Amino acid sequence: MENTFSLDGKEIPFEPGQTVWDAAMAAGVYIPHLCHNPDYEPHSSCRLCTITVNGRPFAACTQPAVADQLVHNNTPELNAMRRTILQMLFVEGNHYCPSCEKSGNCKLQSSAYDLGMQDNHFPQLFPHREPDSSHPDVILDRDRCILCGLCVRVSRDVDKKSIFAIANRGIKSELIVNSPSGKLVDSKVSVDDEAMKVCPVGSLMIKRKGFEVPIGQRDYDKEPISVVSLRQFQGRKEGRHE
Amino acid sequence: MSKKVSVATCSLAGCFGCHMSLLDIDERILDLLQLVEFNRSPINDIKHIEGMADVGLIEGGVCNAENFHVLKEFREHCKILVSMGECAITGGIPSMRNHFTLKDCLEEGYIRGVGIENAHIPNDPEIPLLTDKVYPCHEVVKIDYFLPGCPPSADAIWHFLTELIAGRDPSLPTELIKYD
Repeated sequence: MENTFSLDGKEIPFEPGQTVWDAAMAAGVYIPHLCHNPDYEPHSSCRLCTITVNGRPFAACTQPAVADQLVHNNTPELNAMRRTILQMLFVEGNHYCPSCEKSGNCKLQSSAYDLGMQDNHFPQLFPHREPDSSHPDVILDRDRCILCGLCVRVSRDVDKKSIFAIANRGIKSELIVNSPSGKLVDSKVSVDDEAMKVCPVGSLMIKRKGFEVPIGQRDYDKEPISVVSLRQFQGRKEGRHE
Repeated sequence: MSKKVSVATCSLAGCFGCHMSLLDIDERILDLLQLVEFNRSPINDIKHIEGMADVGLIEGGVCNAENFHVLKEFREHCKILVSMGECAITGGIPSMRNHFTLKDCLEEGYIRGVGIENAHIPNDPEIPLLTDKVYPCHEVVKIDYFLPGCPPSADAIWHFLTELIAGRDPSLPTELIKYD
């Protein structure tokens, strides 16, 4: 075949314009990811989907598929690097899985399970982050935010509301709310916003819904994220929001 | 048969849930006792490690001076030291106090709290001094293995101990890794 590339020794077909991530997932090969949601434009910020193309690291979610390129994904080296990324995300925030209502549906947690993360390795930073529970129906728990930017992008590009932004730089980065008071209650946020459906962790949540599905019966309680994610990708409607 | 493996356990700033989960291996504990003998542990109430233990299981993080001394004793007297459970690995729920000063926590609990009479912060010399923050064990001593979960399931503890005793890599399979 003309339009194929090698992924861990397997020939993967692709359509012109597809990314390595799209082509791999369509062919049934899971590539870990956090900031990427295939319904929206890729962002390549979390770097969990890092692959090597002809020996050099790239983000699979934005790397165009090119014929005959040699791609590695599921290697001990790349998975060790991905575990380190996850460990840094865990110590940079305040991720208390035992008391989190997102547990079992959380992509950070389930990606860490899938990649065999058994410890956080780095010193816990225990940062002080202000939650925003001002809105009657929506809560923003910044302790759990991994700054993936999904709510920022979807609120701007799909909801056309631009409610969220990431402020500051480096370790001081935080999710802020676009309203006169900086509080959700004074913003245009609504439970029906698409942005409310995309948080991969338990940071942006709809109130009084946290335990609708009991712990133990959630998406990643039953199957690893690699299996759930592939099924969701292959079963979804074609195309993404522009 | 060869000498049994000596296992010591302790609970620092934890809730004893991990020890409950250890007992939750049910009748397999009889099989386990064919392989191990318990050194210092809340299960047998031995107060100090006798000689050298082969494996030390630590539940809970470090929140006071006594926790620190017990953890040091375990490191000095255990060939392999294991952080067992969320609190030992990350500080867990007790570490939620790390977002406040120790003074604020004590005053909230003993001075400003609801329904308090004769308000004063306990200062009996018998009470271990609290550390400024709650620390995960690996920030205090070298930890060799991590057994996550809140608590780790009985199956995870069983898998870990039996693989370790058999001399194999005790890493958990994906389905046994849980943080809650």
